[in-house]
Amino acid sequence: MLKNFFHGQLALGLAQAAVAAALAMLVMVAARRRQIRLEGETAQALLRGIVQIMVVGSILVLLLRGPRWTSVFLLMGMIAAAGKISGGRAKNIPGAFQVSTYAIACGAGLVIALMTWAGAIDTAITSLIPVGSMLIANAMNTNGLALNRFRAEVLAHVGEIETGLALGAGPEEVALPYTQASYQASLIPAIDNMRSLGIVWVPGLMAGMVLSGASPMYAAVYQFVVLAMILAASGITSLISTTLIRAHAFSPEEQLVLQPGPGK
Amino acid sequence: MGELVIVNDVSLALGRSEVLAVVGPSGSGKTSLLRLINRLDEPTAGTVLLEGADYRSIPPRELRRRVGMVTQRPFLFPGTVFDNVEYGPRQKGEELASGEVNELLERVGLAGYAQRDVAHLSGGEMQRVSLARALANRPRMLLLDEPTSALDDTAKHEVEALFRSVVRQNGLAAILVTHDQAQAARLGARVAVIEKGRLVKMGLPQEVLGA
Repeated sequence: MLKNFFHGQLALGLAQAAVAAALAMLVMVAARRRQIRLEGETAQALLRGIVQIMVVGSILVLLLRGPRWTSVFLLMGMIAAAGKISGGRAKNIPGAFQVSTYAIACGAGLVIALMTWAGAIDTAITSLIPVGSMLIANAMNTNGLALNRFRAEVLAHVGEIETGLALGAGPEEVALPYTQASYQASLIPAIDNMRSLGIVWVPGLMAGMVLSGASPMYAAVYQFVVLAMILAASGITSLISTTLIRAHAFSPEEQLVLQPGPGK
Repeated sequence: MGELVIVNDVSLALGRSEVLAVVGPSGSGKTSLLRLINRLDEPTAGTVLLEGADYRSIPPRELRRRVGMVTQRPFLFPGTVFDNVEYGPRQKGEELASGEVNELLERVGLAGYAQRDVAHLSGGEMQRVSLARALANRPRMLLLDEPTSALDDTAKHEVEALFRSVVRQNGLAAILVTHDQAQAARLGARVAVIEKGRLVKMGLPQEVLGA
């Protein structure tokens, strides 16, 4: 229907964006009936998303034509941004940004480096950046889920945790059930994506590869490669972020710092 | 961090086998006082001397083993009574022999309960497990934070009698925080009144609480 009214490609794209964003907002406004207030955060995220992607879109050609070494800086910038965004999921825990950035850098960074070295990721900027950004984005989601879950678990179990401490247990021991739960929950999307690969989930990368001339079988297998890399990157990220955030939730005197109450 | 002072200018000394009952309106800082003593919270000034030693010189885990705590809600760990009782010693890498566990359980009136699932215990039984769990660390001191306020009258009096005998037999120094003045008079050798974080009165129960 939109194609009848909008003829230029950009105009059509913006119209499509408006419709999609309106739908997302409509859902968030509908959620208000259940006293769920996400419309502010969603509106902000939508606006931010469209501006960011248009800015990147307008310089993408330049970026992709740059020398290979520039991709290192691009990836580092992405990691820092991912750390900032998902670190916000651990309100009241000091050092969440550093923890997140470090975890994502280790998780996504290690997998990118290792797989580029092994030859599973091409060093051409047009391949390294899209695949790298996918790994970083997924590591970011995992990290956000892990931190969010850890925070919720700890706040719901302050009594159990402090009882353990009062009996002479250390932070690792008393927080163990909650770091385990956070780790497992944070990997659900990565594992489910892998389980549904090809059935529920036929990712765009594969379609793109086939369109640009790769054999469909290679494109299919490479899609598996990408998801396996995502799983590895997510697993490392979550392991590091849950370990580090646990250390930040306790003081050096082994007191639980993360307590319910207004943010500090 | 806000500069809200919750407990201020409270000085007290406590001897072996002595129960000090602390009373005061809710929010007066009674629980916070206990949390300072086993260092679940950090004092901004002042300190605690435990058998003459500044408690900052004692590693937190060691300190908390020496200062047992029983809270209003027992927060038992999922599993059996046995699992709960041996929790403290296990943290130190020690294993309690089943004989020792049974002895502890007998002491708190739960002989034969070792293999019971804590999910099926009554409130009074849970509080007894909580006490046995604290005693398993062989503490020198006991902090009791409203330990009977969730119990009915019968269970309350039984648990009170248990505290009295445990404190006496083990030569423990104990601080009991309670909102119940009658309980403070029954258990406390001395009673302290805390208001707005300050110690306003301390002495024998009949002096402090009146007739």
